[in-house]
Amino acid sequence: MYDATLENDVSQKDIKIAADNVQVHYGDTHAIKDVSVQIQDKTVTAFIGPSGCGKSTFLRTLNRMNDTIDICRVTGQILLDGEDIYDSKVDPVQLRAKVGMVFQKPNPFPKSIYDNIAYGPRIHGLANSKADLDVIVEKSLRRGAIWNEVKDRLHEPGTGLSGGQQQRLCIARAVATEPEVLLMDEPCSALDPIATAQVEELIDELRTNYSVVIVTHSMQQAARVSQKTAFFHLGNLVEYDDTSKIFTNPTDERTESYITGRIG
Amino acid sequence: MTDASIPKSAPKTSIHEIDARTKKRNAAETRFKAYGIAAIAAGLMILAVLLVTIIGNGRGAFTQTFVTLDVELLESKLDKKGNRNLDDIKKVSTFGYAPLMKEAFTKKIEEIGLETSLKSKKMAGILSKSAAADLRNFVIADVEQIGKTVEFTFLANSRVDGYLKGRVTRESIANDKNISVEQLDFVDALLEAGVIEKRFNIDFIIGADASDQRPEAAGIGVAMAGSFFMMMVVLALALPIGVAASIYLEEFAPKNWITDVIEVNISNLAAVPSIVFGILGLAVFINYMHLPQSAPLVGGLVLTLMTLPTIIISTRASLKAVPPSIRDAALGLGASKMQSVFHHVLPLAAPGILTGTIIGLAQALGETAPLLLIGMIGFIASNAPSGITEGLLSPNSAMPAQIYEWAKRADPAFYERAWGGIIILLVFLITMNTIAVILRRRFERRW
Repeated sequence: MYDATLENDVSQKDIKIAADNVQVHYGDTHAIKDVSVQIQDKTVTAFIGPSGCGKSTFLRTLNRMNDTIDICRVTGQILLDGEDIYDSKVDPVQLRAKVGMVFQKPNPFPKSIYDNIAYGPRIHGLANSKADLDVIVEKSLRRGAIWNEVKDRLHEPGTGLSGGQQQRLCIARAVATEPEVLLMDEPCSALDPIATAQVEELIDELRTNYSVVIVTHSMQQAARVSQKTAFFHLGNLVEYDDTSKIFTNPTDERTESYITGRIG
Repeated sequence: MTDASIPKSAPKTSIHEIDARTKKRNAAETRFKAYGIAAIAAGLMILAVLLVTIIGNGRGAFTQTFVTLDVELLESKLDKKGNRNLDDIKKVSTFGYAPLMKEAFTKKIEEIGLETSLKSKKMAGILSKSAAADLRNFVIADVEQIGKTVEFTFLANSRVDGYLKGRVTRESIANDKNISVEQLDFVDALLEAGVIEKRFNIDFIIGADASDQRPEAAGIGVAMAGSFFMMMVVLALALPIGVAASIYLEEFAPKNWITDVIEVNISNLAAVPSIVFGILGLAVFINYMHLPQSAPLVGGLVLTLMTLPTIIISTRASLKAVPPSIRDAALGLGASKMQSVFHHVLPLAAPGILTGTIIGLAQALGETAPLLLIGMIGFIASNAPSGITEGLLSPNSAMPAQIYEWAKRADPAFYERAWGGIIILLVFLITMNTIAVILRRRFERRW
């Protein structure tokens, strides 16, 4: 379980992402209603809530992955380090290099493990030489806590790994581009408990360098890995507070109902 | 509630006894399987009949009857001035060569000790009508041979060839002015002496078409070159245009009514009868743009129009089959749309695209109707093209067009060649489809 005293000291950290009055529409559906949230740097923030409450949608607005959906419309303001990410001057491609993403289903490229990691640094020109790239690949795989398992087979296809390894590979791939924020959309939902534990451990380590935002269906997971928790319900952000507070003494009765299993 | 409708005591049944309803269902299933097997058997039988007929009828086209004679190339006939001047030698027409062949026959029967009442002109009648021209070409190619005696292999007349292949019999030539029973006796004697023999005829595969009078000299090679150049045009145009169009439509284009209209129209184009493309080609490429008639370039352009929808449809299908998670992964790493398409989606879709392209090409290779309208069907007496420009622009036929041309000629010897042409065409089509299947199997990926 989490240690409440240690995790309460997050309040004085910098604000990494500040969302203000964010509305998301899918065609006629109002998916996200008036969400304002401030996500801190070097913190794990968990988004919880029942299915269809909009937590994944909101996550995808943070790196503009929703741009790929034609009918999706985002209004309101989201600031990354004080800069509006929906400003017309922003190229979403550049934004996504800063705000990395790990998806629900492990999705390694059908290429070698090495190429999976090296792809991001290559397209962003982070490595000047093959040696540089080797260093980045090793460092990323170590950060992804998968180096020891794959170091002898870097040139085998990434799709040949087990589900848990694939997900850690995807995390390693995401950190290889040196993002500032890492968004994780239910990263453990396709994994067994052992792989889940490994990924959670990894998330906790990643906190030292990144601001991590994780969407999860598992309240236990949110309690285990996060310091801040946001509870979404029907497109609204119901409550956002320290994880310890949310799980022990929620303000809103909807949060309480969800946490105790009465709704959701 | 519905409790009332449930029988209070359902009769107890044993699972060891099959009840009537189950029996009926099982019988229906058995019947259905039998229909399926019958359908497959019928299909296989038709295929077998087709293959047996094609191979049975076409096999003969690959062998040809040849007559080997020792011909004395008399200087007095071919080069009266004796100075080996090519221009003078060219003045001697094929008529000048006819006596040489008669002479060769006379010598040959003396040599093998054959008694015959046949005149030497009739003897030479068993040779192809192209025999004198072949000999003349041989002499013109190497004038130093004049004055020497050379062993020369002549094509036999198609009647003689048919006689050896069993197509022509003594009864069937009763009203045939081209050959007589005496000549067939003479052929039998020469056959025994080994002067006439039937062997594999490479000229059928690499040679050019011949006129109505000389079916024995006709080959499909030049038409094959025509088909080849058309396929090159189709490949060079349809593949890039088709793939670029599909990528744009599938990955970049906004989904609105304009793209919907385009999509529907592409699907409709795939169903347009090919002759429509032919008349379009005639109107646009020949009448308006004044490109040469009967040229493989125009044929290739018309077939490109025909193949494009096939390639676009199969390319879009294989792009759609790439899971969106791959695109998300690339975009999530900060790849641009184009990088995600060209680095990840396209390589994964490539086997499907190639398969579609090869199948489209195979379709185009077998297409005849549009060629009708741009003048690629008919007796096109041309030699094998010597270069790419000539191959694209000089009049030529195509394999299916050549087959059609032979099939409509009167002489049964051409009929055999039409079947032979079908064998060659089928070999090409089967090879292409096999490559498509192998590619699909080899590069198929599972996610």
